[in-house]
Order: sequence, then C-alpha cells, then structure tokens
Amino acid sequence: MIIAFFCRAVLLGVPLLYGSTGEIVTEKSGHLNLGIPGIMYVGAISGVCGSFIYEHLCNNDIANMNPFLAVLIPFFCSVLGSVFMGLLYSFFTVTLRVNQNVTGLAITTFGIGIGNFFGASIAKLVESEITSVTLSKTSSFFCAKLPFADKLGWFGKLFLSFDFMTYLAIAIAIAASIVLNRTRVGLNLRAVGENPATADAAGINVIRYKYLATCIGSAIAGLGGLQYVMAYADGVWSNNAFGDRGWMAIALVIFALWKPSVAILGSFLFGALCNAPTFVKGLGTDAMKLFEMLPYVVTIIVLVFTSMRKKREHQPPESLGLNYFREDR
Amino acid sequence: MSAVPAIELRSITKTFGKVVANKNVNLSANHGEILSILGENGSGKTTLMNMISGIYFPDEGHIFINGEETVITSPKDAFAYKIGMIHQHFKLVDVFSAAENIVLGIEDGAYNLKRSTEEIREICDKYGFELDLDKKVYTMSVSEKQTVEIIKVLYRGADILILDEPTAVLTPQETEKLFKVLRSMRDAGKCIIIITHKLHEVLSLSDRVSVLRKGEYVGTVKTCDTSESELTEMMVGKKVELNIHRAEPNDAKLRLCVSNITCTDRQGTVVLDDVSFEAYSGEILGIAGIAGSGQRELLESIAGLQHLNCGEIIYYDPETGEEENLRDKTPVQIRDMGVRLSFVPEDRLGMGLVGNMDIVDNMMLRSYSKGHSVFLRRKDPRDLAERIINDLEVVTPGANTPVRRLSGGNVQKVLVGREIAASPTVLMVAYPVRGLDINSSYLIYNLLNEQKEKGVCVIFVGEDLDVLLALCDRIMVIGSGRITGCVDARGTTKEQIGLLMTKSREDVR
Repeated sequence: MIIAFFCRAVLLGVPLLYGSTGEIVTEKSGHLNLGIPGIMYVGAISGVCGSFIYEHLCNNDIANMNPFLAVLIPFFCSVLGSVFMGLLYSFFTVTLRVNQNVTGLAITTFGIGIGNFFGASIAKLVESEITSVTLSKTSSFFCAKLPFADKLGWFGKLFLSFDFMTYLAIAIAIAASIVLNRTRVGLNLRAVGENPATADAAGINVIRYKYLATCIGSAIAGLGGLQYVMAYADGVWSNNAFGDRGWMAIALVIFALWKPSVAILGSFLFGALCNAPTFVKGLGTDAMKLFEMLPYVVTIIVLVFTSMRKKREHQPPESLGLNYFREDR
Repeated sequence: MSAVPAIELRSITKTFGKVVANKNVNLSANHGEILSILGENGSGKTTLMNMISGIYFPDEGHIFINGEETVITSPKDAFAYKIGMIHQHFKLVDVFSAAENIVLGIEDGAYNLKRSTEEIREICDKYGFELDLDKKVYTMSVSEKQTVEIIKVLYRGADILILDEPTAVLTPQETEKLFKVLRSMRDAGKCIIIITHKLHEVLSLSDRVSVLRKGEYVGTVKTCDTSESELTEMMVGKKVELNIHRAEPNDAKLRLCVSNITCTDRQGTVVLDDVSFEAYSGEILGIAGIAGSGQRELLESIAGLQHLNCGEIIYYDPETGEEENLRDKTPVQIRDMGVRLSFVPEDRLGMGLVGNMDIVDNMMLRSYSKGHSVFLRRKDPRDLAERIINDLEVVTPGANTPVRRLSGGNVQKVLVGREIAASPTVLMVAYPVRGLDINSSYLIYNLLNEQKEKGVCVIFVGEDLDVLLALCDRIMVIGSGRITGCVDARGTTKEQIGLLMTKSREDVR
C-alpha cells in the first residue's frame, strides 16, 4: 500500500519535475517563461504526432517496429516541438523585448490550442468517437522496465519499477544542478539572470545565454508532456487531459527555491499531494477538489517561510522578468 | 612615458536618438599616467568611456590602442585589448562571492574556483588589497565592492583602467587609500583614466586633465599648470562663483527635537540606534555619513514613513508654540496637524515623483486633496509647474512631458521646486544635488539658503563634504545608525568629519 502510494506519487511527479527543471534553467537566465504549460502540451502532441506517423509507417504492427526508433522518433519530435516554442518565446522576449508575462501567457494559450487541434485532428483521422488517440504500441516501448525489477521485491518496486523517462528526469535535474553550481557555464548563466549588465560587461554573450537557456529549458519541459502521455497515460492522448500540471510545475520552481536538486524531492511531494485524495477513502468529488489545492497551499507556505528568512540565496534571480537592452539608459 | 599613447580617440561621436552625447571628441592617454576626465554631469564622460569598454558603439570616429586602430564592439573585445572599466554603479552580482564575481566571464581553462582564488590572492598581495574572497557581495561595504571591481579588472590583466567616479561613495580616508593604490598602479606602468567632477581630486591625483563640456571636447591641460578656477571655467564655459553665501542664523528657535529614536528594518537589523538631536529654525543642519548609515531612515522617521521602536520626535509649531509628537503618525496625519514638512527623498522617481506622469500631475501629488469638486482643477498646479520650469531653468519640452523623460538634474529641480513651493517650516533634503551640474547645484544651494533666511529649519543630507562644510551651520555625523558627533561647520575640517564617519564603524564592530 505504502509502496504503491509512493510509486504513484513518483509517476505523478515526473512531468512536474521535467517542467520545473526546464523552468528553472530558463528562469536562471532571467526569463520568467509562463509559456511552460503550453510548451508541455506542444511537447506532448509533437511526440504523439511522431509516434502516430511511425506506427502508421509500420502498418500498426508491433512486430514491424524497431524499439529504438519507436522511442527516438517521438522523443525528437517532442524536443523539436518544444524548442520551436522556446525559440518563439525567446525571439519575442529577448530580441523584441516584449513583456515576458504577456508573451508567456500567449505561448501557453497557443500551445494548448496546438495540442488540442492536432489531438482532435489525429482523432478524426483514426475515426475515434471521443477526441483521444491511443498509441499503446509506442507506449509499451516507453514503459519498458528492467526485467529483473519484479524479482527484487519491495526494493525493485520502489527503485527499479519505473519507465526510463523517470530516471531521465532525475538525471536531467541532477545534471542541471551540477551545471548551474559547479561549472563556468552555470556561473555565467546565473550571472545573466542576476544582473545581465554585469554579465555583459564581463564579456558574457547575454543574448546567446538567454536564447540557449530558454530553448534548452523548453526542451526539458516538453519532455514532461511526452512522459505524461507515453508513460503515465499509457499512450493515450486526450484533449485537455494534461490539465494544469504546467502551472504546478511553475509553482514547484518557487517551492524548490530555484534549485533543481530540491525540485526532485519537491516533485515527489507534489505527486504525493496530488495522489492523496485517491488514497483517502470515502471522499466526495467536492472534497477531492479541495485536496487538489494542497500543492499550491504548500507552495504558499514555503513562500511565506522563505520570505520570512529573507536569505538572499533563496530569492529568485534578481532580474527575473526584466528584459535586457545593453544601450538602455 | 612611451611615445605611443596607450589609447587614443579621434573624432568620436555618439548620439542617442536626437541627443548628442559625444561630439567630435579627441583624447589620448599614455602608459604610466593618470588622466582625469573632467566634466559636469551629462557632459558625456561616462558615455565616452563606455565606448572604450565596449558597452556602447561609437557612431563615428576611430579608436587607437598602442598606435593601432581597433574596433571595440563588445566588452569582450575590450578585455582582449586589456581595457578594464570600473563602473560608477558597480557591475557585481550580489549573491555571488567576491571570487565568483572576479572570475565571471573568463573563458580560458577549466573552471576551478580554488585555483583562481589563489591567483586572485596573489594580486591582492601585490597591490596591497585586503579582501575576504569568499564574502558575498551583498554583505560588503561600498569600498569593499569597489575593491572587488578593481581586482576584477586587474585579474584580467588590464593595462588600461578606467574608473568612473570612484570616489563618489567613499570617505576621505578610503579615497586616500584608493589614490595610493592608483598611484602604485601608475608607477607599475598602467594607464589610468579617472572620471570625476571633483576638482580637488583631479588636482591631487592626475598628471593631465581632459575636459568635456556638453559632449564636446574642450581641451587637455597638465595638472601642474592649471588651477581650480581655470578648470571650472573650461568645464562650465563661463566663470562661476564657487562660493556659497552663508548667512549667520538669526533668531534660531527650537523647531524639531528628536530624542532617542531607535528603529529596525524588516530583517531585524538596527538601522537607527538611539538617535537624538535638535534642529533650529533659520539654520541648515547638515547630516554627513557613509551612504546607507541610516540617513534615509532618519529622514523617513521624521516624515512619518518609518515605524519607530522607541523615542519621540517633537515638533514646535512656530505660530502657536504648541508641541506636537510626530512619532508613528502618517504623512497625512502630520499634514492635518498643520505641520508643514517638505521632504526631498533620495530616490526621486521612486518616492518623490511619479515617472510616467507629467510635471503638472506631479505638482498635484501634493495638492490633490485641496479641491472639493469631483473634477480636478489643473490651473494652480499648471501655474506652479510653469513657474518652476522658468525659475529653476528646467530643460523640458513642456509642462506635459512625463518626468521620467527628463534628465536626472531636471527631475531633481522639479522635485525640489515642488517641495519648496509648499512653503515648509521644516525642509528635509537628501542628496539634492546628486547628478546636477555645477550651475544647477549652486542654484539649489541658493534656494536652500533662501529658505534658511526665511526661518525654515533645513535638514540637508549630503555626500560632498566640501559642500557640507560650506553650506551648513552645524554638521551631524551619522555612522551605522548612531550619531557619532555634531560639530560647528565653521570651525571643522574635512578630516575631522571623515574620522567621525569611520570611527563609529570600528566601534560598532
């Protein structure tokens, strides 16, 4: 029971982890990308399109499918889709210096629209009655588990029973943490987000860092969408099913105090909180809705505590949300 | 001195929109020399130096380094030519340590903070800097931050150092220490360019002086062949009387009595510690101190913007003779009590004026509650705005221009003009001439003197000790939130005040 609860919590947390790692990388460059929810939708639907095409090329027969291609094609489509959205966002905010919040919200609306449009279109192609697409064959490759995991009892269940995208999420978060704190690139990136004028005067290419951070961050976030469809939802895309996980990912960034390593644990906690209502017996749908607030409540509590402690290291990057123009007077 | 100048500028021009920041400027500086660039605020000194350090790109003209023509398009290029600039507003990342800030942006070799720290320490030993390299910048004092900036450019191996108003925030003692370092760097063969508008520093430090006026190059003179008045004339373009007329205070009555006030900021740090003083009508009380020692909180306490932990502020009404306690009153309550308090805050566009509103609307910020109809009456504020524009020579396209678009000096004139127009009994001004040219500065000094002669109690927070000594009747020194001394301005020297400014620091530690 507890193990099952934990596993569900991890599964629910992983898309959030992708989303918030991506958002942290972006925010470290000083850009508050509120487009993350939309980008995650696009990441998901691009992967769905990729795998849909590949499944069709293989005549919908699992025997014809190469396991590596079945994973790689959706993977790259997803990255491509979300990087495109990231490029769009950074073109507006970095090059044209449009207000970041407005751009981000537009990207979210746009991304959700794209997701639902293509989702509905594919559903129409396969003449499905409801607007959903089922890609169980691709999903089976994504969900492939270590063969010996089941034999190891609770240990196997707890640590080895997940799909590879879960481990990838944790690996990316750890890698992001190391890059941010231990490397020159990370130092430069943090400087760009804290004080772009200083970074610029120190000879750092601020524009390039901002573009790269936004695009890489978007790619990571987009994978969260893909993981949700392929591993969590067993390859079933239905319109709007992804819900507000993107916003939760952004809340998780604040919860994690802009630290990817904290985001790993935070995502599991958020997953557990999302999961809690289903494990509490005898809840009505109205009470369930109240439970769904829990992650946000926790975020607010964390915010209150960090603002009380006022430690500068726990504050968001100083120029978060401010566009930079070198010759600004 | 080598025959080829370390850096030479030929007919440099830079415009921002329609504003010409630099026009046809020629300049050269040699190795082993300290060159001062002198000019009023807005004369284009910083813009010019920003072009050398790659922040701006010149519209026209050529830059020669060691005799070779070069094109500097980015700060990175500037580093490649061994040019390092120490900006007036420090370019440091607050949450980074000193060492992290120093290595920031250097691309060569593997990232190894420990090894870099050792290299930095060597530089510190060589030039005699004292600095804790692991200290976070946001916990540093201004002079420590400046040290980080200087080490930063030295660590990059800069041969040409540009310092933009490095002494603006330092005490006289810290300034002397900085000058010593600069002289030793000059003797090591480096080319040092220092931007300043303080004449006595120019004379004591530099070998040559180049003067800019309104973006144009006026000329270069050897420091040993010139004098303060000649430099001023070059700078302003006409002879300026550099004396502040100081009348003896007459009929001084107690106007404001502050006793034992203590207050803490939101982090719980004590910013004002048991402060007591008296201010009289018809005098100018100067407040000196290192920036951020509690001057701001002190004025805000009197203006009703700061919550006090203990103490009182008693105001003596000149007409009725009544005593009023201003402690923990809001600005509106204070005004309703009939206390005419005017306050020119340090942060002009943050606290004094609304940047996006025009001059007329900003005038109404003080008088909005006077009308009784639903609609605004704009005639009086408009007249006031016009009067201020005329009297104080505010350079603006019109009274309806957003204040944000005016230059710093003009913004200040609008604010000071408005506060004085309220015919105050207590006038508090914080750094009123910051960013103003010499002419405007003296205009402001005269206005303050005028108020003083009218019997207003003027409290003047300043940073230039020379001005404080010439303008004020008494000078109170504040250090780390404590009053460390109160002296008669007529019989005090700069060094004495400087000692009071720093002494307290060590005491508190």
